Amino acid sequence: MAQAFGAQLSALRGRRRTRWRDLSPMRKREAKFGLLFITPWIIGVLLFALFPFVASFLLSFTKYNIVAPPRWVGLEHYVHMFTDDPLFLKSLRNTAVYVGGSVVIRIVLGFALALLLNTKVRFLGLWRTLFYLPSVVPIVALSVIWLYVLNARAGLLNSLLYAIGLPRIRWFADPDFAMIAFLIMSTTWVGVTMVIFLAGLQGIPEEYYDAAKIDGANVFQRLRRVTIPLMTPTIYLNVLINIIGAFQVFTQIFIMTGGAPRDATRTYVLHLFDHAFQYLPPQMGYSSALAWILFIIIFVFTAVIVATSQRWVFYQGGETS
Amino acid sequence: MAAATTTQRFLDSDGFVRITRFVSRALLYLLLIVMSLWFLAPLFWMFMSSFMPLDQVGVFPVQWIPRVWQPENYTDALQFWNFGITFRNTMFVTIISLIGDIGSCTLVAYGFARFRFPFRDALFLILLATLMLPFAVRLIPVYAAYEAIGWIDTFYPLIVPNFFGNAFYIFICRQFFLGIPQDLLDAAKIDGASEVRIFTQVMIPLAKPAIVVIAILSFQNSWNDFLGPLIYLKDPDLHTLAIGLYKFTSLPGQGGIYNQQMAASTLMVMPVLIVFFLFQKQFIQGANISGLKG
Repeated sequence: MAQAFGAQLSALRGRRRTRWRDLSPMRKREAKFGLLFITPWIIGVLLFALFPFVASFLLSFTKYNIVAPPRWVGLEHYVHMFTDDPLFLKSLRNTAVYVGGSVVIRIVLGFALALLLNTKVRFLGLWRTLFYLPSVVPIVALSVIWLYVLNARAGLLNSLLYAIGLPRIRWFADPDFAMIAFLIMSTTWVGVTMVIFLAGLQGIPEEYYDAAKIDGANVFQRLRRVTIPLMTPTIYLNVLINIIGAFQVFTQIFIMTGGAPRDATRTYVLHLFDHAFQYLPPQMGYSSALAWILFIIIFVFTAVIVATSQRWVFYQGGETS
Repeated sequence: MAAATTTQRFLDSDGFVRITRFVSRALLYLLLIVMSLWFLAPLFWMFMSSFMPLDQVGVFPVQWIPRVWQPENYTDALQFWNFGITFRNTMFVTIISLIGDIGSCTLVAYGFARFRFPFRDALFLILLATLMLPFAVRLIPVYAAYEAIGWIDTFYPLIVPNFFGNAFYIFICRQFFLGIPQDLLDAAKIDGASEVRIFTQVMIPLAKPAIVVIAILSFQNSWNDFLGPLIYLKDPDLHTLAIGLYKFTSLPGQGGIYNQQMAASTLMVMPVLIVFFLFQKQFIQGANISGLKG
């Protein structure tokens, strides 16, 4: 999809704009039908993307509590954020930990599992199903279950640690381990990344490996010189999807800790959500400002990854549709 | 010298090659089993502990088989949580949203895939760009708008947006439509079929695989949605399963009643798992399509 985005961009470049009055009557008819078909989305994008996009930008310069009309305060929120809201920086740091940790976990573990399953294992379908299964479980239920998995006194994970002779960890009661607990929980969704990687691996022609073997490449050389270069488009896509998703982590944290202990798990979106929907009176203006900073952060990350992708993403010839 | 050649001979021998292959295969399967246990143990425990007596749940290290099977955990849980109403609400929202998603996304995808019109590529670029817009940016203005038109405490905020196309589903469906040979459409046109007929009677039947994938993604989306129901539905009679389960586990005094919490979780998870096992292939495809190049 990221590639589609790039292809779409380059398709736009250097093309002469088609003007309505230059179209033949037949082409005009075709264009009318096309626009008719996409009308639902045009309305949708105006109502559910453009309107909130512009409105939240404007609201971010106001004090707004839903009940009374918004009151203009200029840059106050943005100044407050960086000078007077220690939880803003803390939530940013917590989110950075989650993004870094969970993206690495998903990419590395997902890739490793896909490699394991790509070795002509028996019952491939079964393993794939088993690994994918936890990611279809509703997140509320997962949160309820994992609250017990990570229970400080008698949880599943502590039982595992005990079984291999390690001391129990107090997970959500310990500010040093609370965020790590969420990273461990994030392995639940590795199956999604794995399935995408596996499909990519299965698309690599066998001949490439045969040729590498004839040249005397061992397993690790084949992985480094054949598999990984050919998989860079898929890695690129997975990194992008997972980073955008991880920045917005919310539900499990809201349900399981609400930011505790001592704000050690207060993530960015939780902070934003609390201002809009938990605190009284609601601080929708400040919350909008937070949302815009998040948008800018995600945008910058995406832009940097897309811009550097040409250097490390390797496309096999001609596949740019 | 002699020793070296003996070792070498051993390393090259058929027997050694076979042993290494056997050992590495055994290790591979062992690793796969360990990983499966890691992924499935929490769900397995959820199911087992939902039948346990409460004092057994808190035993350390954890126990896996109920000492006595206690199905009354389920009936006890249901006393605090109106499963019937939340289930019906969730079904309603899920089904109507599914209809909206399929209807709008196939239409729009067809428009993008099969017609030439000014600004088409630019519009499609905007469509892809909306995928990057964080939900947090939309949250507040959309909430305020619903508040202004009196849609809080109704299902409309959860249902209506689905009738205006979802960028990701449109992308999936468009890719599929692009793959259908143009000859087929030309043939239909020569036979005098109208655009609407071509869409409903030629394209839609052909697009069934893509539609099934969209249906599954849409089902998952509505069934699992937490944030939407959380902010839009205050009236308990409108609660969905996700909110019902959340409210139940956060009831005062429910903090430690893990066996009932797990019973309630099992009730919410079961329908999803049934659908997953029925449509495994499509679930995997759904995940895959997001990874497709193109």
